[in-house]
Amino acid sequence: MPEPRTIPWWRDRRVVPWLVQGGVALVVLVVIALLLGNLVRNLTAAGLLLSWRWLGQPASFDVAESLIPFDAAMPYWRALLVGLVNSLRAILIGLVGATLLGTAVGMAAYSGNGLVRRLGRVYVEVIRNIPLLLQLLFWYFVVFLSFRNGTEALQLPGIVLAKSGLYLAWFAEGWRWQGPALVNGVWQAPWRFSVEFAALLTGLITYTGAFVAEVVRGGIAAVPRGQWEAATSLGLHWGASMRTVVLPQALPVIIPGLNSQYISLAKNSALAVAVGYADLYSVAETTLNQTGRALEVFLLLLGAYLVIDLLISLVMNGLNQLVQIRER
Amino acid sequence: MAANSLLASLRRELFASRGDALLSAGLLALIAAAAIGLLRWAFGQAQWVVIQANTTLFAVGRYPLDQQWRLWLLVALLALATGLSWGLLRANPRGDRSGVLWPANDRIAVAVLAFLTAWAPAALRLALPLQLRWWGITALLLALRWAAGRWGRRHPPQLLRWVPLIWPLLYLLGMVLISGGLGLIRVPPSEWGGLLLTVLMASFAILASFPLGVLMALGRRSELPLLRWGSVLYIEFIRGAPLITLLFLGQNILGFLLPGGLAPDRVWRAAWVLTFFCGAYVAEAVRAGLASVPGGQQEAARSLGLSVPQSLQHVVLPQALRIALPATVGQFISLLQDTTLLSLIGLLELLGTARTVMANPDFLGKNAEVYLTLAVLFWCCCAALGLGSRALERRLDPSHSPA
Repeated sequence: MPEPRTIPWWRDRRVVPWLVQGGVALVVLVVIALLLGNLVRNLTAAGLLLSWRWLGQPASFDVAESLIPFDAAMPYWRALLVGLVNSLRAILIGLVGATLLGTAVGMAAYSGNGLVRRLGRVYVEVIRNIPLLLQLLFWYFVVFLSFRNGTEALQLPGIVLAKSGLYLAWFAEGWRWQGPALVNGVWQAPWRFSVEFAALLTGLITYTGAFVAEVVRGGIAAVPRGQWEAATSLGLHWGASMRTVVLPQALPVIIPGLNSQYISLAKNSALAVAVGYADLYSVAETTLNQTGRALEVFLLLLGAYLVIDLLISLVMNGLNQLVQIRER
Repeated sequence: MAANSLLASLRRELFASRGDALLSAGLLALIAAAAIGLLRWAFGQAQWVVIQANTTLFAVGRYPLDQQWRLWLLVALLALATGLSWGLLRANPRGDRSGVLWPANDRIAVAVLAFLTAWAPAALRLALPLQLRWWGITALLLALRWAAGRWGRRHPPQLLRWVPLIWPLLYLLGMVLISGGLGLIRVPPSEWGGLLLTVLMASFAILASFPLGVLMALGRRSELPLLRWGSVLYIEFIRGAPLITLLFLGQNILGFLLPGGLAPDRVWRAAWVLTFFCGAYVAEAVRAGLASVPGGQQEAARSLGLSVPQSLQHVVLPQALRIALPATVGQFISLLQDTTLLSLIGLLELLGTARTVMANPDFLGKNAEVYLTLAVLFWCCCAALGLGSRALERRLDPSHSPA
């Protein structure tokens, strides 16, 4: 009886995967150990070993705008919290604005009016091929900083655009509708946005709006043509068929696409530092310059954006469950 | 007849109903007003001298004046390689091509190129010798295109196989020409700037992130748990953080992670961060491509006796990468746009240079001119990449090629 031919160990399918993984694990572990060893050695030498105690020390810098009370005597964690709240404010308003704009432009791609269709296309193609940072700087330095103060400000019904900020009409005390008014040469209004915030929002909304428009367009394209025809033959006009027949069926396709656009908007909001809006990243950078705590600041930033991303994903997944077409 | 049909289509497109007509008229008025305003500004108020006076700064930053001949040489070599590849490509068409040496698209491209060469250097008020150089470079490109087309016709297509090799060689040669070494004076990365730095960063990150992305995508779909979880961890870590915080990591923490003296300088740190950043997104694009290749393909390849690497290389990856192409190029386009973020960490790429120019008291307040110029430049580059991607997609589409 011939000896059964044994497979050499380097071709044994039970051994090879473990060898490959072991090799990779070894390399990764060695690299990580080296990096961590260096990190500890270098940080010790610089006297910056991981510590969170500095968070309680007074920040001694001012944050330009804040929704919660803050002054320079308050600790670093408070300053970072102000930054986080500012970031969240920009992200939330940005999400709503980009969704509205993007949905409108996405629907415009199916308009009966050729001019509207082409304008939507031009908008998307122009915006998507220009860096967001460039657009933000353009909105800030070229558009929003060119407004004047006082009587020379750009005045529209209910809105005043001045160099000192963006003033909006809103309900004042006692549900009295109140528009912007000039008091002693300074504009006053129920709602005031800083120019930095306005520039950031405009940039984020117009940029993300173009991507949302593509997602919406794709979602509508996925709805069978027959649905349009059926809606039209029922006597619904364009707007009604879009709102009641087509869009609801497009939502299951649109929402996963929106999820990634929303996350990228949240991450892009960190570019606020370029236009001087005191968002989380900008406060963190100032903190780093004052304390030199690079590692801790980085970990905080990473954790904050990760949590924001996860929250957006959670909400969108919940929405996705809601809009799934239930078939019997 | 033609005029009638044009009128009819206009009527159908723009003035189908009363509401439509009103909307169209309003929009047309708005567009006309915007166009007139823009033209008036561009030809009346705008002071383009801020661009014209700083062309060298925008092009190469603070690259030493006496070493700039190296960059001119590189541009000339690039023009030569382009002309050669272009001509040979047309001379040896694939079976599905018409085989015309000068198809309509090429004639349009030549016209655009000729116009740009005649107009741009003059509009930028370059010195006459520099204008002449640009004309010479374009002439070189077109002459080689013509010569390669004729030469390629008379030679067997086997020779063509070696032509693509000139590009990696040229890339390496370009790196040497730019940074020095091999007998040339060293020009440290801190002296590179402007368009040169933007193109270098983008091209390096694109070339290096592609293999990284493919590896990570394969790792994420691997059956080996360690590889899979490692790839997932890497991809999700990168995708969860804004690029600016990763650049922050590169500038402020990388120095602590590496033994003293080994950390690359600021420019290369940023280049590596861009590479790792883009790699994670490319990995997701490639993973989508891999997911769309039916599992039977892999099984069929394996049952033919191919090993796992062989079946990936010859069967699965060619199909997956073709499907992943549009998304991958989309990532490369956004990478090109993301190079502007380097200006936030103090590197003088195109946008960083622009900001130093605008900080110069002579050009204070000329923001609109500079930003508009950069926007047009970026738009053209990104749109060209998008067009190229679509052309490549058509070329690789098996349903268009001969049986």
